[in-house]
Amino acid sequence: MELLVASAIGVMTAGGVYLVLRLRTFPVILGISLLTYAVNVFLFASGRLTVGAPPILRDDITAYADPLPQALVLTAIVISFGMTAVVVMIGLGAFLGSDDDHVDEQPEPETTEGET
Amino acid sequence: MSHWIIAPIILPALLAPFIVLAARYHIGIQRVFSVAGVLALIAIAGALAWQVSDGSVIYYRLSDWAAPFGIVVVGDRLSTMMVLLTSLLALFVLLYAIGSGWDDRGRHFHALFQFQLMGILGAFLTGDLFNLFVFFEVLLIASYGLMIHAGGNARLRAGVQYVLFNLIGSTLFLFALGSLYAETGTLNMADLAQRVTEIPAEETVGIRVAAVLLLLVFAIKAALVPLHFWLPSSYAEAPAPVAALFAIMTKVGAYAIIRVYTMIFPPDLEVTSGLHDLWLLPAALVSLAIGMVGVLAAKKMDRLVAYSIVGSMGMVMVAISLFSPEGIAAALYYIVHSTLAGAVLFLISDLVRTGRGNVDLTSQPPMMGTYLTAAMFFAGAIAMAGLPPLSGFLGKLLVLDASFDSTLVVWVWAVVLTSSLISIMGFARAGSVVFWKAHSLPTMEEPVEVASRPSMLAYAATGGLFALLTLHTVFAGQVHGYTTTMAKQLFAPDAYMSVVLETPGKLSKPKTEEEK
Repeated sequence: MELLVASAIGVMTAGGVYLVLRLRTFPVILGISLLTYAVNVFLFASGRLTVGAPPILRDDITAYADPLPQALVLTAIVISFGMTAVVVMIGLGAFLGSDDDHVDEQPEPETTEGET
Repeated sequence: MSHWIIAPIILPALLAPFIVLAARYHIGIQRVFSVAGVLALIAIAGALAWQVSDGSVIYYRLSDWAAPFGIVVVGDRLSTMMVLLTSLLALFVLLYAIGSGWDDRGRHFHALFQFQLMGILGAFLTGDLFNLFVFFEVLLIASYGLMIHAGGNARLRAGVQYVLFNLIGSTLFLFALGSLYAETGTLNMADLAQRVTEIPAEETVGIRVAAVLLLLVFAIKAALVPLHFWLPSSYAEAPAPVAALFAIMTKVGAYAIIRVYTMIFPPDLEVTSGLHDLWLLPAALVSLAIGMVGVLAAKKMDRLVAYSIVGSMGMVMVAISLFSPEGIAAALYYIVHSTLAGAVLFLISDLVRTGRGNVDLTSQPPMMGTYLTAAMFFAGAIAMAGLPPLSGFLGKLLVLDASFDSTLVVWVWAVVLTSSLISIMGFARAGSVVFWKAHSLPTMEEPVEVASRPSMLAYAATGGLFALLTLHTVFAGQVHGYTTTMAKQLFAPDAYMSVVLETPGKLSKPKTEEEK
């Protein structure tokens, strides 16, 4: 199970980093989403991997799951979800305004002269 | 337990929704509440700073849960000084936004402004690393809204870059927190500081990774080269009052580095030895050089100011990375100076924009209100470049003086002095092109339509920041004395840790502590 979780985090992070380095807004946003998935699983695993163990203290139980990373992941999911929505809106606004979805700064006069 | 220490977070957090819900269509009411809120913040921050100035540490446990389990808000000399600085800066920035009408050019300026303040002040006051992450996100999400306030294509495009860069930074922060938690099982700063020292020498791989990741995150926030690329275009495109408030945001990164790397990973800890002098100091020197070369190369005044912010952050980080009490004391003195000087310059570049319609560094006929604006630019440039008599000079002197113990002292002196010269040339070039050559040009027949004379309130707000800078210079001895005691407190964190960890609260003695 450790190998599965670790390689899943690794593959998602690698894919996310690759997409983040693209030039256009959409792949970059996808890359960021992948990175946040990876980090959520990573946070989850930081409390050690346990299967079928309760997180809350009860009598006659000795193995527990760590509840704190679950709370952390919940916060991280909410925040990354909201942030992704924000960046999609701003990216959409920038794309609709300038008809160009490159993330980097392009020299503007040449393209407008060529097209019009 | 003091309840007042959480007031700087609660007050803007309550004020912002009130402004959105009750006053969203009345800019006048928004302005009154926003200014009243910031004035109250200044009073609270001043009282808190007074309370801890004797060296005591005040704290607040949320829901009274004991420290490693619950979240604590802690105030010592450093955090209360940063809170006071933020609220003073916020007052004048807010007055400028009102005076120049920036707050009326889009919606929800005042609500976002209050949320931004809540995030910044929370980041200064929290005693828990995950809570620090949450407050970073609060200040970032408010800053996204402020950054694209009043719209415009260039601003939206710069906004996309800014948001994407910071999202990656947040993801890195989470990776860092995850590995810290996996290694130590806690995220409370005081608890971390104790547990990191107990890790056996052969099992330090994970904690080293976490320390470096955390440093990277804070370096992104502090715009340290090579992680500074988000800063110039986003600060240049942001509305001027917003950019002026952002001058404190880079200092949040600097504050976090000071806090974490004096308490959790102190310089004498073997785990992270070499991190400061081997990596941080050269990076800081490079950012100082790149920032000041950017000042010389900029073609627009707002970009020039943005690069001077990169340079002054480099200066702050040089002082921090010495990691001696003298270095930290000098860094704290310079942080106050660089926040005020950066904010002043952003406001002045907006005065120029108001007066002549653009901020290009080209000769154009004289602008409206040219005398007052030119005089202010002159004084602001002196402050930022570090010429006497203003506090930039004293700050640089303190940093140079503190660098004698470092092995790279020659490099520090060489880079600081050369980059100061370059920045003087950059500012002199900008000032003479924009203000002096204007009078040798023939005046245009019709005046530029978009230009207008800046309002008196805008000048008064900029002047208010200058007054703070002057006070910072005149009382340099007292301020530096105070930052020295602050640095001593930072290098002896036992008092802080015992206050946070040993004061009993709910669940102070759990039965099964080692269940993990």
